[in-house]
Amino acid sequence: MGALGFMSYFLVSFSRGGAELLFAGVRNHQVTLPSQSQPWTMKQLLVWIRANLLKERPELFLQGDTVRPGILVLINDADWELMGELSYLLQDQDNVVFISTLHGG
Amino acid sequence: MPVVCSCCAQARAMLKRPKTGHSLCRECFFWAFEEEVHETIVSASLFTRGETVAIGASGGKDSTVLAHVLKVLNDRHHYGLKLLLLSVDEGITGYRDDSLETVRRNQRQYELPLKIVSYEELYGWTMDAIVKQVGLKNNCTFCGVFRRQALDRGAMMLKVDKICTGHNADDIAETVLMNVLRGDIARLRRCTAICTSGEGEGAVPRCKPLKYAYEKEIVLYAYFKRLDYFSTECIYSPNAYRGHARAFLKDLEAVRPSAIMDVIHSGENLSVREGVRMPVQGTCNRCGYISSQALCKSCMLLEGLNRGLPRLGIGKHHRLHGKILAQQPLTLDEERKLKAVDF
Repeated sequence: MGALGFMSYFLVSFSRGGAELLFAGVRNHQVTLPSQSQPWTMKQLLVWIRANLLKERPELFLQGDTVRPGILVLINDADWELMGELSYLLQDQDNVVFISTLHGG
Repeated sequence: MPVVCSCCAQARAMLKRPKTGHSLCRECFFWAFEEEVHETIVSASLFTRGETVAIGASGGKDSTVLAHVLKVLNDRHHYGLKLLLLSVDEGITGYRDDSLETVRRNQRQYELPLKIVSYEELYGWTMDAIVKQVGLKNNCTFCGVFRRQALDRGAMMLKVDKICTGHNADDIAETVLMNVLRGDIARLRRCTAICTSGEGEGAVPRCKPLKYAYEKEIVLYAYFKRLDYFSTECIYSPNAYRGHARAFLKDLEAVRPSAIMDVIHSGENLSVREGVRMPVQGTCNRCGYISSQALCKSCMLLEGLNRGLPRLGIGKHHRLHGKILAQQPLTLDEERKLKAVDF
């Protein structure tokens, strides 16, 4: 049900892994998304991140509709593959973490 | 709609394993991950009781997880091993010095002795200096060759019985793909071996306990266990050939996660047709290290660096080995070809 006049906010963070470099080195972002009639999906969040947070080289973070293969997404510390991936409906105060695996070990 | 762990059926599942498709809770995941490494170690008989084992530690995710898991398994299953950390300092400003700080922290956290060997002391060249001479296209060749030998030399200084490295399933699958793409049949046959034979002077056997561990699982293990690791891409690596194989493999994994294990399986089960010429293993005439040519790659590369001929060692120069060993001068034409550098 669409919430009237309340803004949902989420914590979006980029775990050490290099991903934060694409976001001006800032690891933790408290994000407030404008309210809309339908709940925000992860897919929409990615579009929003690209427009508002991503500072450079979008192709290193996104590929098509989704994240680049090799970037893991956790929602409230759980694998987003268990939550429906792009179609997951964001809830107020959700914590989304992106971890890049694409670096030396 | 939280999913329940498919193992204990009690706790909430926190991740979906790409290897098996199972949804597991944190504790069951830790257990599965650790015990699979244990299974790899036991079934391949990687270690013998009482051995001293050096863990190649870079401060990155793989070697940190390797050090942690080996310590856990050594205690839990009483392997009776003496473990220590061995690090290589290639002399890459802003990358290696930061990751070595992480290794030093690991040393304190895991309470393991640490030894660091550097290119500077072993070869007289840091990677920074090498890149200045060689450029950004073939520099990874130098680094990889030198690092292999550096690990062996460090291991011999420490008198260890074995080295182990954090190569994971993704790495090995990438290597298989790379060797197919390059048509390197000799390497293709060797690259899936979990343990090297360690024959020849100056070579310590080395093994890869994480050979069947998916990179994604290593990252999640480190994340959930809050392990301290360093993570950026080496500043000199963006043009490395491996990057292409990696991108391809990641796309394959997205379509079908078992692809990584399948590629390794294919690599392991390759057989070579009769009559295909293969290099014969010998030793380097100059330093005695294992080599299939008269001069080992490391000596060739160093010779090139020291004589200002950066392309010596990149590509094949069998005919020149003899000349170089005998310290005969090269013709003007030979020198010109070896000097040309692609920046």
